[in-house]
Formats: sequence, C-alpha cells, structure tokens
Amino acid sequence: MCVVRSQSRRGVLSRLISGITLAAVPVLAAADYQLNLPPPVSYIARRILDLHNLIFIICVVIFVIVFGFMFYAMVVHRKSRGHKPATFHDNMTFEVVWTVIPFLILVGMAIPSTATLIEMTDVSKADMTVKITGYQWKWKYDYPDQDLSFFSSLSTPRDQIEGKAQKGEYYLHEVDNPVVLPVGKKVRFLMTGNDVIHSWWVPQLGIKTDAIPGFINETWTNIDQPGVYRGVCAELCGKDHGFMPIVVNAVSQEEFDKWVVAQKQKASSDAASAGKTWTRDELMAKGKQVFQTCAACHGPNGEGIGPFPKLAGSKIATGPLKDHLNIVLHGKPGTAMQAFGTQMNDVDLAAVITYERNSFGNKTGDVVQPAQVKAAR
Amino acid sequence: MATATAHHDAHPTGITRWLFTTNHKDIGTLYLVFSLFMFFVGGTMALIIRAELFEPGLQITNPHFYNQMLTLHALVMIFGVIMPAFVGFANWQLPMMLGAPDMALPRMNNWSFWILPFAFTLLLSTVFMQDQGGGPAGGWTMYPPLAIQGGIGTDFTILSIHMMGISSVLGAINVIATILNMRAPGMTLMKMPLFVWTWLITAFLLIGAMPVLAGAVTMLLTDRHFGTHFFDAAGGGDPVLFQHVFWFFGHPEVYILILPAFGIISQVIPTFSRKPLFGYNSMVYATASIAFLSHVVWAHHMFTVGMPVAGELFFMYATMLIAVPTGVKIFNWIATMWRGALTFETPMLFAIAFVILFTIGGLSGLMLAIVPADFQYQDTYFVVAHFHYVLVTGAIVAIFAGAYFWLPKWTGHMYNERLGKWHFWLTMIGMNLTFFPMHFLGLAGMQRRVPDYALQFTDFNQWASVGAFIFGFSQLLFVILVIQAVRGGKRATAQVWEGAEGLEWTLSSPPPYHSFATPPVVK
Repeated sequence: MCVVRSQSRRGVLSRLISGITLAAVPVLAAADYQLNLPPPVSYIARRILDLHNLIFIICVVIFVIVFGFMFYAMVVHRKSRGHKPATFHDNMTFEVVWTVIPFLILVGMAIPSTATLIEMTDVSKADMTVKITGYQWKWKYDYPDQDLSFFSSLSTPRDQIEGKAQKGEYYLHEVDNPVVLPVGKKVRFLMTGNDVIHSWWVPQLGIKTDAIPGFINETWTNIDQPGVYRGVCAELCGKDHGFMPIVVNAVSQEEFDKWVVAQKQKASSDAASAGKTWTRDELMAKGKQVFQTCAACHGPNGEGIGPFPKLAGSKIATGPLKDHLNIVLHGKPGTAMQAFGTQMNDVDLAAVITYERNSFGNKTGDVVQPAQVKAAR
Repeated sequence: MATATAHHDAHPTGITRWLFTTNHKDIGTLYLVFSLFMFFVGGTMALIIRAELFEPGLQITNPHFYNQMLTLHALVMIFGVIMPAFVGFANWQLPMMLGAPDMALPRMNNWSFWILPFAFTLLLSTVFMQDQGGGPAGGWTMYPPLAIQGGIGTDFTILSIHMMGISSVLGAINVIATILNMRAPGMTLMKMPLFVWTWLITAFLLIGAMPVLAGAVTMLLTDRHFGTHFFDAAGGGDPVLFQHVFWFFGHPEVYILILPAFGIISQVIPTFSRKPLFGYNSMVYATASIAFLSHVVWAHHMFTVGMPVAGELFFMYATMLIAVPTGVKIFNWIATMWRGALTFETPMLFAIAFVILFTIGGLSGLMLAIVPADFQYQDTYFVVAHFHYVLVTGAIVAIFAGAYFWLPKWTGHMYNERLGKWHFWLTMIGMNLTFFPMHFLGLAGMQRRVPDYALQFTDFNQWASVGAFIFGFSQLLFVILVIQAVRGGKRATAQVWEGAEGLEWTLSSPPPYHSFATPPVVK
C-alpha cells in the first residue's frame, strides 16, 4: 500500500496534518507508521483526500478551542484553589450562538462534499468497462470489450499464514492474476456478487463499492500513473473474508493491449488441452494444485473445518461419480458450496475431482477426464 | 395474622429474594450485576480477538471461530452489558429521583430482567456447538445472504434476539409508566432531573426500534427455513432491504446506548462543579432533537451499497445535522464547569473523560458522515475506532461515572477513592492505547472483521493488543472495589457529595426498602 508513496503530490493540508500528528506523538516519527490515507492516484481519490484533510483540520481546531475552555476551567476554577462557584445557569445568547455557528460550519463542509459526490457518481463517457464479481473468496474480472474473463485469488501460500514460512513483503496483499488496467483512460466498473455481499476497495483509487448478488453497482476511475495498487474485500463475506485481496496493475495503453493478446493466447491453449485424454498421474498432480481452493473450507487433508464437511471417506467423494460431479458443478444452494462449473474449466474440474476421489484415504480408483466434465455440465 | 404494613414489608431472603423480587432496588442490582458479569464475558471475547491480532498470521483461532468471537462480542456488549447497565441505573434511580416508592409495574419489572439470563444462555450456548457450525459468524449486523448460510447458531441468535427485544420493550414500558405517573407532587416534567429525561426519551426509542429488529430477524428466519425470499434476489427479494430495516433499528439503537449516558453525565458534572446544570431547557430539547434525527439517518451505515445520489445527499445532510444538538450538549457541560468550584473525585474524572473522549468519537462520526470520505472509511478500522470511542470511552465510561457516583448511596459506604483513581487511570491508558491507533490502521487500509492482516499494520495492532489487555485486566480493580464497598467502609451520609442536589440525596444511604413511602413535595 506504500508503493508510490514517494511520488505522491502532497498538498499543504496533508503536510500540516503530518506536522501536527508528528509533533504530538514524537514516537511515531521514529518508525514507519502510516498515519493518513495512502497517496491517491486518481482524480477522485485526490478529491477525497483533500476533503478528508479539510474536515480533519476543522475537527482538530474545534476540538482544541472547545477543550481549551474546559482545561482552563479545570486548572483555574478548582475548589482547591479556593475558587467560589458562580450561580449562573442559563444564557439565551450563548445557546443561540453555539447552535448557529456549528450549523454554518456544517454548511461549509457540505458544499465541497456534495460537489465531490456528484463527480464520483458520474459514470458517463467511459472508455472501457470491467465487470467485477465477488465470490467466496476471490474476485472475477470480465472485460466485455476485450472478451476476456478470469479469476483472481490470494497467492500467499498457506504456510506463511500458518506461520510455517517467512512472510513475504506483500503478505495477504498479493494475487495470482492481477486486474490490469490502462492509465489515462476512464474505466467504468460494474460490480456484483455471486453468493454473498462483498465490497471492492482499492484505497489509492478512492473506490469502495459493494458487490451485491442480484444487483449491479456502477463506479469509475481514471488512473494517473502506472503502478501496482493493492486493496481488499471490505465487507464481511464469511470465513476467508480477510483472504481475498485485490491487486490492480496499471499500465500504459500499449502494455495493456499486449496483455490482452497474451491472455487470449493462454485461453486458447487451455481449450486445446481440454480435448486430450489425461493420465491419472497428470490429473492427480494438477488436482493437488487446484484443491488449494477447496482446502479453504474442506481442509488441506479433506478433514473438514467446523461446519464445512470433510471429504475423507465422505458419501460424495466415495459414492457415485454423478453426484460428485453434480455438487461440484452446481454447488449446494443455501451454503458456501458454490457452483464451480462457472468458475473452473473442464481440466481443473476433472483433475480436482480425480484428486478428491483418490486422496485422504479415498480409494475409488476413478479417473475423470475433461470430456466427462463437459458432458455433465 | 400479619398486619397490612408487615405484609407490605415482607421480603424473602436467600435465592428467592432475587428470583421473586419486585423491588426496584433489587432488580436494579440484578441488572447491574448481570451487566458486570457479561462485561467480562464480552471482554474475554475481545481479548481473544486482540490476542489473535497481536501479530500477522493465524495463531490461536481459525477464521470461522474468529468470526464467531467478533459477532458474539458485539451482541454481548450491546445487549448484555450497556443496555442492562442503563436499565439497572433506571431501576435504582428513577423512583428515588421522582419521589416514588417503586417502579410503576413491579411484577413486569421482575419478568423483564429474568428473560435476559435465558436469552444469553441461548446465545452463548452456540459456542459449544462447534460441530454444528458454532455460533453466529456473520457479524452482529447479520447481513443476508451471509446470515442465510450460517449454521444452527444463527437460529439460536434470532430467538435470543427476540427474547432480548421483549425484555427491553417491557423495561421501556415500565420506565414510561413510572415517569409519567409516579412523579412527586410539584415535580413537573421540566423539573425532572436530566437523567430521568434522557431515560424517558430512550424508552420511546426502545419501543420504536426493538420491534423493527424483531421484524428484520423474523424475515431472516423465514428466509432460512420457510422458503420466503425477502432478501434473496433470485426469488425477487433484495439483500439491501435487510440493511435498511436493520439500520432503521440500528441507528436509534446507537442513541439508546448513549442518551442515558448523557443523563448520567448531566447529573455528575453539576455536582462536582458545585453549580447548577447550565442550559437545562436546551439540554432537554437537544436530547429530543437527537432522538428525532436518529430515525432519519439510518442509511449512513450503508453509503457504499449503491444508493441514488439524492439518497446519499439526504442521509449525509441529516447525519451532519446531529452534530448541532450534540455540540449544544458538550458546550452546556463545559459552561456548567466554567467558574464552578471543581473537585476531581472518581465520578468526576470519568465524567470529564467522557466529555473529551466522546467528542473524539463524535468528531470522527462527523467525518464519517461526509459521503465521499466515507467511501474510504466504510468497513475499515477507522469505523471500529469511531464506534468504540462512542461506546467504550463514551457509554462504558459514563456507566463507570454513574456507578462511582451512586455506589455510596446504594451501599451506604464510601468506596475506596484511591483504588477508584487507579482504576480510572489504568482504564484511560488501556482504552486509548487500544482504540486510538485503530484510526490510523483504518486510514492506512486495514479492513475490519479480519483475523489476519498485511505486515505494515503490525505495529499499531500490537499497541492495540497491549492496550486491550491493560484495559481488560484493570477492570478487576473495579470488581474488588465494588465488593469492598458492599461489605463495609466509611459510612456515607445522606447527601454523600457536597454539591449533590435532588430527591435521591434526601434519602438515607442506603435508602429504605420502599424509597418514598410518602411522596415528598417539590417546590
């Protein structure tokens, strides 16, 4: 989240804030503590930061003035210093003054807020569109104009989370497939949820919008400078809410176009591999990788976690293949078990089902081919 | 053959005294003891959360159990600690402040308390059902569709919320009936102590808000089990509908949790300033305006759900407007202290801390009202910092102020002032160390309700965890202090505090069983 800190354009206000905070808390100055919003990289994020700094300064000034009076009274009007209590208990003028002045300050705050809000919601004249879908617990990005679509999930290894390995620099803020966007283009986002409500938040872009199943929200950005901008899901969405980060890779238009071509080539080679017949060993090896997704709920050894059922020796994983295919492809409504048919390709599904039926003590001996998955869809 | 008086004064002893009591003081004590007990239950959950967050990675919980802890922590602290504590204060104080012998509806009073232990047994038992999915894990806000996915713990939670709701509404009816009918001759509404006023308004908020929550969770229940689709878009429903209904309860609830605190502070500050409360009338009107506005600001909890601009603007303006009457209250308290003769006994220390720290929570609330900025704050630790400043350094601190203020009256003994000051300072250090760094965490990008976090958030989280343990364990001093005061100590006079004014201070300490057997006359 501090990638482009050095490049940030810091206004007078933010310098003032840093000054106040640092003067007040000298300890903080010594370490690398981030005290304010991260450096903005879009027009809206900049407007929000300015607004935030303005309101913050107003609040600090009010606080200091008001409690200046209180501290004065606490020091001077003490009984121990022999101060005799006054008897006044009402003053209409004061009551009116301290009702009207705050009201005027509020009006002063409301005007820039309203202007910024109206700009934030103007999604017209977009150069391109990206549809973002929240899943438990990953993001799916669709580029309708480029005819691209992929999932993006946490790439931090489980060993780091469980403390068995050294944590990397971008621990929990790294993904397998970042969302790539061109800089200097107005990008419109359409947000929705697949299962429960998620919220797509990238602080440096100034965007946080809920991804709600059955509804589509709109928002937009126009990124100033190339860079990697990291964010997270902000709405509690179940067990792995803290493990579905967002990585935005902002690049020039040329790099973006190259990336689109490369993605398309990858998609067509994946399609080709679905046609061939796989050996059991190939499927088991691939299945073990794909199973990382399933392990989030069913446990790394299929032992189940809390309410999430175990796969070792379970009826589904050792019973008829048809039922197993069905639940993986179509999910189980009303639970966190999703319809993975829409999320994974035939090869991945064939591999993971083969793996589940021949691991954790399950010995069905079944080898599931991509073609069988395709037929069952 | 017992005479009428003897019959009237017969009170059972032992366990039956507490089970069958209809006496406002006994019921007040039950509420307060229950609240204190639940404070440690909810506090233990908070410490589990803070222990897990001491460093990045998963150490002591798994994410599912962590989510249960954060959900139950909120439900316990809101419905099991703050609300019962205020009802306890109301029970003890309202009859004494109004010049009445007891509450208007004593049997219902007993019933409204005794529902609570059962409600919380139901709720907390879910922790022991881990194989069936454990406790509720979708946050205390219970947003569908996540809440629909939950295990049997969600159903237990829904039923226990129904019970808590019934208890609160019964309590509120009793408060309104007492205040409107049992005032001593001459005590007009505008002569009532401010604590009574804030409770009268709170009681109306309770009656307005709790049935809405009951409706929301009932729809959740039927969506889960009886095939309705109130909140399921696939069946023509709308998940956001739940949020609107929930926060239509939830925002008045916020003021249910803070208005009685305003009342307590308005009793304590004049006493130790030895000067009458400044601007009594404007305090009453400000409280009523806050209560009114609290019904038209609910959607500020959900600015990121994708409301139309007109809606966002309305809720932004209405929310900002609440700053006006709240500011009036702060100014009046400071004007009360101005040119008084101040002393700083423990209740006054807590009251001053309340005014300062609650204002920090109020000002961050004003920042949150600014919609564009809220898009950055929403669902981050900035919000966590904000509402803990309002509810912990606000409501809980006011509860301590009230407890120290009235403890000598209730027990007849002065508490240990030295221990009280230790409790105060340790609490202040602990709670500020816990909650202040959370502002920075939120701004820097840490979202709320996560068991693990990125490395750059480590330092502030460690501060917060250390603070939480200081805060948590220093509360044991309060327990020791209360036990000491109940058992003995320096006898308290009727007036207890030099500057105390009001009917409750005309009664002996401790007061007689039926507070005012004959009504006093208020001039």
